[in-house]
Amino acid sequence: MSTTLDVERPTRSPRLRPRLNLAALPTVAAVVILAIMLVYGELAYGKIFQLNTLSNLFISNSYLIILAVGLTFVILAGGIDLSVGAVVAFASVSGVMLVNAGVPSVLAMVAMIAIGAVFGLMSGVLVQYFDVQPFIATLAMMFLARGLASILSTAPERLADDSGFRTLSDEIKLIDGPKLNDLVITPNVVIALLVAGAGFVLLHRTRFGRTVYAIGGSEQSATLMGLPVARTKVWIYVVSGTCAGLAAVVYTSKLGIAQNITGTGWELDAIAATVIGGTLLTGGAGYVLGSVVGALVLGLMNVLITRDGSIPAEATTIITGVVLLAFVILQRAVTHARRRT
Amino acid sequence: MRSALRSQYFWGVVALVLLVGVNVVKDPSFVQITINDGNLYGSLIDILRASAPVLMIATGMTLVIATGGIDLSVGAVMCVAGAVSMEFLANVSDPGSLTSVLSALGLALGLSLVLGMVNGFFVSVLGLQPFITTLIMMLAGRGIAKVITAGQNTTATSAPFRWISNGYVLGFPVAFLIALVVVAALALVVRRTALGLMIESVGINPKASRMAGIRPRNILFTVYAVSGLLAGMAGVFTTANVMTVEVAKTGMNMELDAILAVVIGGTSLAGGKFSLGGSVIGALLIVTLDKTITFLSIPSAATPAFKAVVIVIICLLQSERVRALFTHRRPRPPAPPAQNPTQTLEEVVA
Amino acid sequence: MKPPAPVVEMTGISIEFPGVKALDDVALRLYPGEVHALMGENGAGKSTLIKALTGVYTVDAGTIVVDGQQRDLRGTADAQDAGIATVYQEVNLCTNLSIGENVMLGHEARGPLGVSWRRTHAQARAALARLGLDDLDTHAPLSSLSIALQQLVAISRAMVVDCKVLILDEPTSSLDAHEVANLFTVMRRLRDSGVAILFVSHFLDQVYEITDRLTVLRNGRLVSEHLTRDLSRGDLVSAMIGKDVATLTSLGSERAARVTDPGAVPVLEARGIGRKGSIHPSDVEVHAGEVVGFAGLLGSGRTELARLLYGADRPDTGEIRVDGRRTSFGSPVAAIAERVAFSTENRRDEGIVADLSVRENLVLAVQAKRGWMRPIPRKEQDELCARYIAELNIRPADAERPIKNLSGGNQQKVLLARWLATAPRLLILDEPTRGIDVGAKAEIQEAVVALAAEGMGVVFISSELDEVVRLSDTIVVLRDRREVETIVNGPTVTADTIVGIIAREGDAA
Repeated sequence: MSTTLDVERPTRSPRLRPRLNLAALPTVAAVVILAIMLVYGELAYGKIFQLNTLSNLFISNSYLIILAVGLTFVILAGGIDLSVGAVVAFASVSGVMLVNAGVPSVLAMVAMIAIGAVFGLMSGVLVQYFDVQPFIATLAMMFLARGLASILSTAPERLADDSGFRTLSDEIKLIDGPKLNDLVITPNVVIALLVAGAGFVLLHRTRFGRTVYAIGGSEQSATLMGLPVARTKVWIYVVSGTCAGLAAVVYTSKLGIAQNITGTGWELDAIAATVIGGTLLTGGAGYVLGSVVGALVLGLMNVLITRDGSIPAEATTIITGVVLLAFVILQRAVTHARRRT
Repeated sequence: MRSALRSQYFWGVVALVLLVGVNVVKDPSFVQITINDGNLYGSLIDILRASAPVLMIATGMTLVIATGGIDLSVGAVMCVAGAVSMEFLANVSDPGSLTSVLSALGLALGLSLVLGMVNGFFVSVLGLQPFITTLIMMLAGRGIAKVITAGQNTTATSAPFRWISNGYVLGFPVAFLIALVVVAALALVVRRTALGLMIESVGINPKASRMAGIRPRNILFTVYAVSGLLAGMAGVFTTANVMTVEVAKTGMNMELDAILAVVIGGTSLAGGKFSLGGSVIGALLIVTLDKTITFLSIPSAATPAFKAVVIVIICLLQSERVRALFTHRRPRPPAPPAQNPTQTLEEVVA
Repeated sequence: MKPPAPVVEMTGISIEFPGVKALDDVALRLYPGEVHALMGENGAGKSTLIKALTGVYTVDAGTIVVDGQQRDLRGTADAQDAGIATVYQEVNLCTNLSIGENVMLGHEARGPLGVSWRRTHAQARAALARLGLDDLDTHAPLSSLSIALQQLVAISRAMVVDCKVLILDEPTSSLDAHEVANLFTVMRRLRDSGVAILFVSHFLDQVYEITDRLTVLRNGRLVSEHLTRDLSRGDLVSAMIGKDVATLTSLGSERAARVTDPGAVPVLEARGIGRKGSIHPSDVEVHAGEVVGFAGLLGSGRTELARLLYGADRPDTGEIRVDGRRTSFGSPVAAIAERVAFSTENRRDEGIVADLSVRENLVLAVQAKRGWMRPIPRKEQDELCARYIAELNIRPADAERPIKNLSGGNQQKVLLARWLATAPRLLILDEPTRGIDVGAKAEIQEAVVALAAEGMGVVFISSELDEVVRLSDTIVVLRDRREVETIVNGPTVTADTIVGIIAREGDAA
């Protein structure tokens, strides 16, 4: 049986070879980076390794975690979604206006999520059935959503403080520490973690998830293997759009205000979170949990910059951009080197 | 008659005439031109003046798109140009002197060119995808502008600088004349030399171009650098108009106008054959559209949405599937799945 | 003993594309427990037939009966449902996933909580074990395996869905002798278990080693079906290229044996030039005024060798000298600067710039050489076009027409003109007469001879042996990715001689 095949195989002694999944390396690196930043922050500024700092990290970035999870699906399959920030704006303005018009909060939230899903569907159809390049299709959707939001209102729309909507950002004290140093959680954070969990299950425990990775590896191979490529490619944009809608819910409940300029630049943050978290921009490799870590890295970066005080707030976009650029170049160098061997 | 119909300019010009017509219906004074102190005034003249920045970025975008790429950073570069010129003029001792103005111009254009070259470097040498490179520049660029002005909306006073946008020469707005000269010069360079041919070749088939002895790397670097420079020029026009730079607003969404102008002008977003003349018509159309919306008292918040819809419609019209519907062609045998559009030029430029 | 009923019976298959009939009334029968070879040269219709069987193309006419049931295959999923599995030349798996995932992709074992990876990997291991690959770690990434092993993984994937028909499309192109032997062991095992295997390959030695039956296609038509042991190599080659042995013998060489000045420095000299996975180290020498022909079947490495000589690919070993000077071509630009020109056989991907006009395509190389700042005056371009349109009889004679609207043959002529316009000292022509009508073929062949007479060195690659024999001064014979022999052309050399060299029993690969 096995004796008739005489091939030199690298896995002949599986015990000697650690089961190292090279694709997980970038995500591990992201965790390491997060850890280093935490330590550095504690040493340089103090008061980082505290419950309230950590709580705030999650509370302030729950919207970004949700966006990054959605974007991971799209990027894994080799696409991109530039519309997420604008969709958040449109969904949140619509939602708040609905609530202020008397619609029950829960219905308004459903509407916001649905808006996100619809925009995702439009992007997906444009990309898959009309062969429009993903960045053009989602760029157009971005301007469309932003434009629609501006049509609805250019002034900030305010939610009543006692509105049911805002209960999502009610703080729940998990650990009551000394003075203000408590471990606090909000339903928003729970939602974000649930979304991350759902994303994990979808990607690693369903055939849909495997198809997403396969498309990212080689769309042609995936098609030839008989996988439902067309359907999947539309669905990933729907996922991303739905996450944008959900992120709108989370963000609006925390801030209490929705405006047409909300979410400007968020697509870059979400892409950065995903890429820092170890997902290849060209697709095929990456983990949803990595994107969560990436979002936290970005959030922590903002905290450190504020603590430092010497870097002007205006420079944060430049720094995010440079960091993203560095990661993209690194990914390119690694892929290039691997292709040569 | 048929060749006129086929001409890509035809529909653009028709749309332009129609738009003007709509305005005239509302108020015939739209087309009225008055002469005051030897200078022309009127709504049509305003359109010409306002078209200067759009002409600049549309031209740059045309060349970039022709190579199969995109430049999402033009709005941000405009902002940077405005920021650096305003900061300079606000802090220099004699902002009204010619030297100051020329220096401000030099700084603005120089920095814009550098930003364009940075884009070009990442795309051509490192082989990064154009959309991510210019997306990062789009956001980082605005950040750079904010850093230059320390977050303020800097204002400066300088009559000569202002003249660039608001002055008149031979009765016509200077801005428009300058823009026209720049576009004409670029068109000359691109069409009278082999550059245009090489750009189209690289955009249509980079592999075949390489085999024929063209260096795609150099072409790519050049178009992004030029796009940056032209965006800087556009920024100067916009800022000189109001002598203020608003770091959050200047140049905002201008990339949309540029892309729209290019697709209206008939250049395909997939790259290849391009038409500078078409983009000029497209740019004029967009500015006229903006003017019409204000003239008809429609809230201008609607325009970005409307423009986005137009881009989508044109993309649909350009797609194979819709084309096949119109020509009743038997769809070609399935080609191998389209190249991943986010794919880099690695295999080609190597 | 009566053979069992065929598991696949394709009858009267015709497929037409705009302008070309790819398959015309073709029949194919696959029997269970048999390895069947599909043979044919370029344009014979092999890949079209396979795509019809795998559901990529729908047939215009004819029927496909699988296991007694007529099937209308309208997609890859249909073919898979019918029990037909394919392993492609490029393997077409997802290298970013693990071995086990690839084997089970689309068929993962599912439980109430979603995919059960434990069971999925167990099933993958079982499938791999059936091929003798039981000690592969299914969690390892596919990219950690060699191409040969990836191919076996692809085959075991086919086994997961219990296929009745396994199509192997050029499976041995990237394998070494050892790996080929392993593949054949696996194939025999599958065959013995009742699977019908369709084996597509150009490697004659392998076809004779592993297959039981073969079908020959030519120009979209069925030529014949034989038991492998009933057909001699010579007859097989003749069937594929369309001349019977007698006719081939009569086509003697028309070139008088050329005398090379012993002291002459070759225009191009390549020693030990090779590239891993593409061509074994080979030698080529071209003198001024000499026509060197590359002869061999498709897949023998002709194009690969030529690409190394031009700088389209970089060689791993060996050295190149131009006029005695050692050079290396890192890119086409460098080769063009040395006045070496290469007309590619893949004109769609690497040749024509589809949306540009005939004129623009024609002047492209000359213009690239001059640089962007020195455009060729329009008058000169028009003269250039007029000259070559006339010389090569390019039709329609309209230089402003987009090149994509020209027929394949005329596109080829424009590409040829592109390179001739650069006045090279060495011109490498890869299949310049493929897809061109007979009259035009003669014109191009005459042009080649005239160019050599003017002092140009020419490398002429063609799958039509009589062409190579008629035109060449020296013939480099390639088989299985290496140069097997270089012969000087003369009155005694005929196409039959070449056939003999190719068909000669030798070690596989």
